[in-house]
Formats: sequence, C-alpha cells, structure tokens
Amino acid sequence: MREELHRFFRAARGAGVRVSPAESIDAMKAVADVGFAERGILRDTLLLTLAKSQEEKQALGDCFDLFFSQPETPEHAEPDDTENSKGGDSSQGENQPGGEGAPPPELGDLAQMLMSRDRNAIAAAMAAASNAASLSDIRYFTQRGIFSSRILEQLGIERLRDDLDALTASNPGDAERLAAALEALRENVREVVNQALVLYGREETENLRNEILRNAPLARLERRQVEQMKALIRAIARRLRERYSKPRKRQRRGHLDTRKTLRRNAAWGGVPFLTSWKRRHRDRPKIVAICDVSGSVAQVSDFFLLLIHSLHEVVDDVRSFAFSGHLIEVSDILDTKSPEEAMSEIMSKVGFGSSDYGGSFKDFEKDFMRSVTPKTTVIVLGDARTNNLDPRADILRTISERSKRLVWLNPEGRMAWGWGDSEMPRYSAFCTVVRQCSTAKQLERAVSDIVAAYQ
Amino acid sequence: MNTHLPAHSIEAVTRGLASAGYIASKQIATAVYLAERIEKPILVEGPAGVGKTELAKALAAWRGLKMIRMQCYEGLDEAKALYEWKYAKQLLYTQILKDKLGEVLGGADTLAAALGKLHDFGDVFFSKEFVEPRPLLQALEQANGCVLLVDEIDKSDAEFESLLLEILSDYQVSIPELGTVTAIVKPTVILTSNGERDLSDALKRRCLHLHIGFPEQKLEERIVESRVPGISATLRKQIVGFINQVRALDLKKLPSVSETIDWARVLVLLQSSELDHETVKDTLNVLLKYEADIETTIPQVSSFVAKAGRQGVFG
Repeated sequence: MREELHRFFRAARGAGVRVSPAESIDAMKAVADVGFAERGILRDTLLLTLAKSQEEKQALGDCFDLFFSQPETPEHAEPDDTENSKGGDSSQGENQPGGEGAPPPELGDLAQMLMSRDRNAIAAAMAAASNAASLSDIRYFTQRGIFSSRILEQLGIERLRDDLDALTASNPGDAERLAAALEALRENVREVVNQALVLYGREETENLRNEILRNAPLARLERRQVEQMKALIRAIARRLRERYSKPRKRQRRGHLDTRKTLRRNAAWGGVPFLTSWKRRHRDRPKIVAICDVSGSVAQVSDFFLLLIHSLHEVVDDVRSFAFSGHLIEVSDILDTKSPEEAMSEIMSKVGFGSSDYGGSFKDFEKDFMRSVTPKTTVIVLGDARTNNLDPRADILRTISERSKRLVWLNPEGRMAWGWGDSEMPRYSAFCTVVRQCSTAKQLERAVSDIVAAYQ
Repeated sequence: MNTHLPAHSIEAVTRGLASAGYIASKQIATAVYLAERIEKPILVEGPAGVGKTELAKALAAWRGLKMIRMQCYEGLDEAKALYEWKYAKQLLYTQILKDKLGEVLGGADTLAAALGKLHDFGDVFFSKEFVEPRPLLQALEQANGCVLLVDEIDKSDAEFESLLLEILSDYQVSIPELGTVTAIVKPTVILTSNGERDLSDALKRRCLHLHIGFPEQKLEERIVESRVPGISATLRKQIVGFINQVRALDLKKLPSVSETIDWARVLVLLQSSELDHETVKDTLNVLLKYEADIETTIPQVSSFVAKAGRQGVFG
C-alpha cells in the first residue's frame, strides 16, 4: 500500500500539486493513522496534508478520484462470452471432462486467466505488469504505444499467441472466445495507459508546452495560444513580483545617523534616548512605456503592456502611451479595464494605422515630456519602421537626456535593423540599452533587467 | 492535572466539538483529529464568519484548555508576539547592582581579582525573570498545554510569518540571550486566514490546510439548532433555505454562518414563527452588510420566501 501512496504522490505532482518530501512523510503518517478502510476519510486526509490552497484541493480531489477508479477489467467481453459458451458447451463437454470454466491445463497463465474470466486475477496481473513496465514513468502521449506493448509483453502476450494458434487448430470455439478476450484485454491495457498518461504526464506535457510557448515569436501566435500565453505572462508577472518586491523592504534601515541623533536628544543633554537611522533610499521604478501598436508589433505591445501593468507591487508608477499614427496615453484604460477590453479599446483608438514615429514623438514631446524625470526609465517598444517619414531622433535625444535610462525593445531580429525603412541605428545611438524582444522569454528578461536596475 | 490524550477516532472529535457547541463537518473533524495525532498546526482558510475562530474556541472548551489568542495586524513584531525584556526592571537591577557593588567585590585588591569576582557573580541581567512573555511564548510555557490561536495571519507582514516557522515546526522559540525555550506540552495551534494575501510556501508546508466553506443545508440547520435554542424546526428550515438562495446571488459580501445565527436570534426575539415577506424585509440588514447588497436582494425576497416556505413544509 505504501507503493500505492508513492504512486499517488507522483500522480499528484502530475496534477500540478507540489508535494515535497516532508509533506509526503506527513501524509504517510496521517494515512497510517486513519487507515485505508474508508475512502472518504482517506480523501480528506490526503487533501488536508498535501494540498495547500483551494485550487490545489480541487486538483488533488480530481486526481484522487481518477487514481482510485482503476478501469474495470473486461466487462463488455462477458455477454458474447456467455453466448459463446452456451453454443460451445457440448463440444467443450466432450473435450474436457473437467466441466465448464476449467480451461485446458496446457494453456499459458494468461490464456487460463482469460478463459476462466477470473477478473481479480487479471486485474492483479495487469497491475503487476504495469509496475514491471514502470508505467508511472510515462510522460508524453507519444509514449502510449510503447507502454501498451510493454505491458502486454509483461502479461505474456507471446505465450498467448502460441496458445491461440494451437487452439485454432484443436478447438476453434475456444480459440474464438480467447481471441475476443484478448481484444478486450488490449482495449483494457490501452485504457490503463491512457489513464496513466493523464495522471503522471500532465506536468511534463504542460512544461513542454510552456517551454515551446516561451520561445515562440509573440507576433505570430495562433488564436488558441493567445490564451495560454496570457496565463504564461501572468506567471511571469508573479515571478517578477516575488523576486523584486521583498528584499527592498529589508534593506531600508541603514546605519545610525549620529548627527541627527545628537540633535534630537539635545534636550536630554545628549543622552541618546531616541535614535534615528540613516535610511537608504531606494527608488521604486518609475516607468514610462511608449508602445507601437501598429501591424505586427501590436501583439508584442499587448503582452508587454499586460506584463508591465501587472507589476504594481514592484513598480511605483507606470504611464503608458500607445501610438501608431499619433500618440495617446493609455494608463487609465489599462488600469481600470480587463486586459481584453483594454486592448480592444486601445486598438480602436490608435491602432490599425501605419506608424509615424516622428509624429508620435512630437505628440509625446508636446503633452507628456514632463512625465520624464531623472528617476524614470523610458521604454520604447517598436520596430522603428518609420515608413520613410521624419524619424525626429532629436526628440529621442531629449528624452534620453531627461531620463535615467532609455530602453528600446525591438521585436525584429538584429539582422533586420537598419534595412529598408528601419531607423533603428539612428535611434539606438540615444538608447541606454537596445534589446531584441520577440518571445516571452526575452520579454521576461528585458522587464526583469529594467526592474533590477533600481534594486 | 488534565491529561491531554488525542482522541481515538474521528467520531470522538465530532462528538467532543459538538459538546462544546460546535457542529463540525467531516473534513473539520478529520483535520482536528489529524492535528492531534501527528502534532501539526492547522491552517484554516475560508470566508469571514464561517467559524474559523470559533473552531479554536470550541476545541479549547472541549479539551478544558486555556486558549491563547494572538490577533495579527500589520506591523506586528516579535516584541509583541514572542517576548520582550522588562526594561524598567533591568534598569532597576543595574541600580541595585551599583549599590551593592562594594559588597560583591568586597576586599578585592587588584583589578584582575575584582573582575574575577564579578564574573563569578551570577549574571541575571538577561535571565528568565526579566523576560515578559508574549502570546507565543506564553503558549509554550503552559504546563497543561493550550490551544494557540493565531488569528488572521494574512493581516500580518510577510516577515512575521518567518518568525512563526520555528514555533510551528518544532514548538520552540530561540531567545538569543537565553537559549531555546521548548514547549512543556505541545500546544494545539490553529492559524486562520481570510486569504487577503498568499501565505508563504514555507508556512503552508508546516500546516494541515483546511478550507471551511459555507456549510451544507443540513449541517447549517444543525448549527442553528445548537446555537439558537428555542427555535422551531420550521423556522430553522426556512431561514437556512432562504439564506442558501441569497448566497446564489452576486453580492459583495455573502451572508455566512455567523449572519445566519444572528438572524435566527433576531427572528426568535421578534417571536416570529414563520418567515414572511414583511419581517424579512425589515430584518434584512442583519443579514447583509452593504446597502447595494440589500437593494439587489429586496426584489427577490418574495420568491425566496415562497421557496423557503415550500421547503419548510416538505423538507
């Protein structure tokens, strides 16, 4: 039964519930105490010791139900089985004086089990074979075939085939029955493997998918991937928040401020009753984001804005601007609306134009230049394709001079910079950093670096 | 002395809590049973007013133990949670020491000898007498054990959680000047959280995680029965039926068990034997705490009352 529990822990990990060794020890202890007798109590116990949040409880509950509902052994083989045996009764009686149900002794173990329809024995053999084939190692759906054949091998399919050949010659009725039972067995094994895949493979499959997604170009996502990408971006945001929101607090208190302390305690003749401390000043990032939302860059901007605006704990102040033909401020839209609504509103206001970098920078200079202070990091996201209009790099220079850092994120590959109407080389002269940023991974890196610069 | 043996079965826990006036669901009873068996704290999460705090009180009442409660809030630190030095007494002590210094050092000729004598003299400046125990330390010092309730842990700062870890896993506290204080009898620890922020994994790992949601209708009826004596069976059924329908609405704050109990008490006070449209409308403010919620509910009251009434007849 301990084996069983260990396999359940693996299944739980597959379902996305993190089970640490310490927790599994606790669960073992607890289960040893309540016993296996009552399923409801066992379920409650495992939920109490392993799951640490409401979602995990849900996932683990489902996993438990799936795990402890092993597929039934060949039920559907039975009806035609009995029909067959009715028909083949007389012939069997002649051959086998031992009576109905007792299979001929010269058959292999598996054939005997199938012929006598010993459901418990089959289930036990199947469990043993699954263990021998280390079925719980299954990770990807491509491995289904190989695991099925491994299990069948362990069950002794070779011997069964020989038996079947022999029987077809000597006793066609029994052979037919055996063939039907074999078919049912195969189906059963497939089912067991499928279930194992659901139980143990989920995590790996998800990891694989996330890995692919992280490196997929944001601009060319399929519709169904967009949802998954949003979840991934949220996970990235959470990771960044966790990494950057904590240490800042701890480092705030510095050394004793002697002068200030003496001054404060002058009333007591310089006896330091009240102490004052030097505080290390750490600015939280102030960010001004200027995003191109035209054409192929739009999707990257979407995800970037989504990410930046979910970093409230880490970032003090974000002002976002979107432009294609002209530039508007979109901070309020992003803060008050759900991501989908916000994006569609932004797109309807400024999207779908050909981008005019010079004009948009001019808009920015006119209305919003005051938002750039020496503490601000300005992030420009765009492909710098100006459609051969005036790039107004001089405005970018002013921005660069006024700000702490100017970061340019370009979704295009470095190869393309400077080709055609790309003004990247001219702009990049004024940027502190220029990065390529076309996948979620690069996006995370870029934002992480920006936030880290303030730590 | 009260011998504190863990209950021998889950049913015994259910009965015990019931004797203290707490009707526990199976999950709750299992959690309490396991907590005593494998000596782990319970972290209780759930919406406000479903009886998280009440569980600790009931447990203490049933076990006949002292309950030590620590209410968490932002800015709670170890001086308020663990221990503090009695500064005034320490100052006084140094004063006395100064006066008696001559006697202590009596007749030492050289500085080295005087220092030697001073070292031999027991140092009590940092000693047990000068420690002011705060709730967490108090809980460890109870000779009979106790129930320690750390209420609304999600209100405290993240740093405070780390402070709790030592207590939760080893039932001990380290005081740098004194050493480690270990629990005489391991207290039963219950932490509650409203889920205002996510707790750290380290904390969660050390606890059994129990989520108390709104109880099922049958269970809630039994809770009302135990908490509001003298309420008629029909009214009880109707009240619970009505509230369950209200919980299906989109409200800012759903009425929880404590509101059910309050409302039942109010209705008993008003001597109503059945739920009717007018009384419900007049007493809705006991149930719902926001003006907007009341406005949402009022149009539905008649149909809810009718439905609840039918349940009362057939249920």
